[in-house]
Amino acid sequence: MLKNNSNKWRFDGPLHLLQQRAFLLSAIRRFFAAREVLEVETPVLSSAANTDVQIEMFSSQSITTEHRQTYLRTSPEFFHKRLLASGSGDIFELAKVFRKGERTPLHNPEFTLLEWYRLNFDLFDLMQEVVELIQFLRAELGQDELPIELISYQTLFERCAAFNPFAIDLLELQALCQQHGYAGSELSRTEALDFIFSIVIQPQLSAGSHLKSEAAHNDAVAAGVMIYHFPVEMAALAQVHPEQPDRCLRFEFLWHGVELTNGYQELTEANEQLRRFEHDNQIRSSQGKPALPIDQNLLAALATGLPNCSGVALGVERLMMCLYGHNSINQVLGFVAENS
Amino acid sequence: MSVYSTSQFKNGLKVLFDGDPHNIVENQEVKPGKGQAFNRVKMRNLKTGRVIEKTFKSNEKLDSADVIETEMQYLYSDGEMYHFMEPETYEQYEASETAVGDNAKWLKEEDNCMVTLWNGVPITVDPPNFVELKITETDPGVRGDTSGGGSKPATLETGAVVSVPLFVPEGEMIKVDTRSGEYVSRVKK
Repeated sequence: MLKNNSNKWRFDGPLHLLQQRAFLLSAIRRFFAAREVLEVETPVLSSAANTDVQIEMFSSQSITTEHRQTYLRTSPEFFHKRLLASGSGDIFELAKVFRKGERTPLHNPEFTLLEWYRLNFDLFDLMQEVVELIQFLRAELGQDELPIELISYQTLFERCAAFNPFAIDLLELQALCQQHGYAGSELSRTEALDFIFSIVIQPQLSAGSHLKSEAAHNDAVAAGVMIYHFPVEMAALAQVHPEQPDRCLRFEFLWHGVELTNGYQELTEANEQLRRFEHDNQIRSSQGKPALPIDQNLLAALATGLPNCSGVALGVERLMMCLYGHNSINQVLGFVAENS
Repeated sequence: MSVYSTSQFKNGLKVLFDGDPHNIVENQEVKPGKGQAFNRVKMRNLKTGRVIEKTFKSNEKLDSADVIETEMQYLYSDGEMYHFMEPETYEQYEASETAVGDNAKWLKEEDNCMVTLWNGVPITVDPPNFVELKITETDPGVRGDTSGGGSKPATLETGAVVSVPLFVPEGEMIKVDTRSGEYVSRVKK
């Protein structure tokens, strides 16, 4: 019996979205082909998990008899590092990834990450390549160059929130969050900085603000902001800054306040990586969430030797939103959580 | 009492915040790729009507507020409290001056009002959108002048003062929009 007589089965959007997406993916492939970065495909299902405290994974039945269950990847990064340690050289992947419960105008639980790794690139080399990719895609679409400003995390806070995030006293910081409407349980230093970033600074980047471009000669706000040197507590898989140990070699690129990329000069230390995973699991347990199986294959790869490299992940649907001027992920995806 | 997590917040949900009942009017989740996720919540204080915007960590919880809105008949005021009756159960409720507030000037005995109860106690009273009230005091109008133009203040039987056209005399029943406090028309008998 036919149960669905509504129009819900249809691709929910104009069909030219399919062409726009196909064009965008082919342009990305051309960009990397010209730079001799190899396209790879890595497994969607893994026996090991991502321990990240803020990300929830989908899981499924086990692949082998050895493990109780498998996890759908939230990022291809662990397999990429295993490839790099195996000697693959520069790689990229257009990877379908899955994050449970993420559904907002900027999130769909299934989405595509463009992830790439470059050997012997430092953080600034890779930031530069992200800028070049954005400008390449703009040019492919017949659009003008996007004004992009490089700005450190510290300078961004000083300009948009008027304090130094590495020097501010915790009590003062917490009071500031309350002034900006925070009403939940006590914030740790890292959470408080996340609050200021998301609630106070990001809206200024999207609304067209007082942020002045040092690079540009006029006072216009840069539409694109490349933010680097995050606090070390937010390092995840990034190296610690060699001279300033309170910050790490991580960057994010925001286009009109929309977070598009997250990049690292990659941590190559297996023991440090293990320590961070275990720390994640401790926090998960304290929050009543299950601890997750740590990826021992990744740790073994790091122990064998990850070449010096930097890597970055870029949300393809959000890139498409920004390039085509949309403000909801639904406008670039005809099939979303609700009609999947 | 039940609790709601930010992921359950939706428009119309009644929660307790800062000791007062609030009605959620907007809930926006802000989730970075790395780092703490937050919910920005707009809510209306059901006692004061004021809308505030507050942010919580995602998955934090607020207690539910036992709030219901129900239509009741206004009976009378004893000078301190306003008395209402639930038409089906005949149960009577007393609303304080704070709960009735400015709306007292629109309350006419036997009219049906929307009463918001929190834990069984009225916290706000909304009069009908339109009420029919008698003019108890106004300057004599100019008879026959129905062309409009001028207006004059008129005091109504409930004490409210509204602006009416010059030709409307004392003793007349008029229809008033309680949301704007404006004269609508004369009521034909």
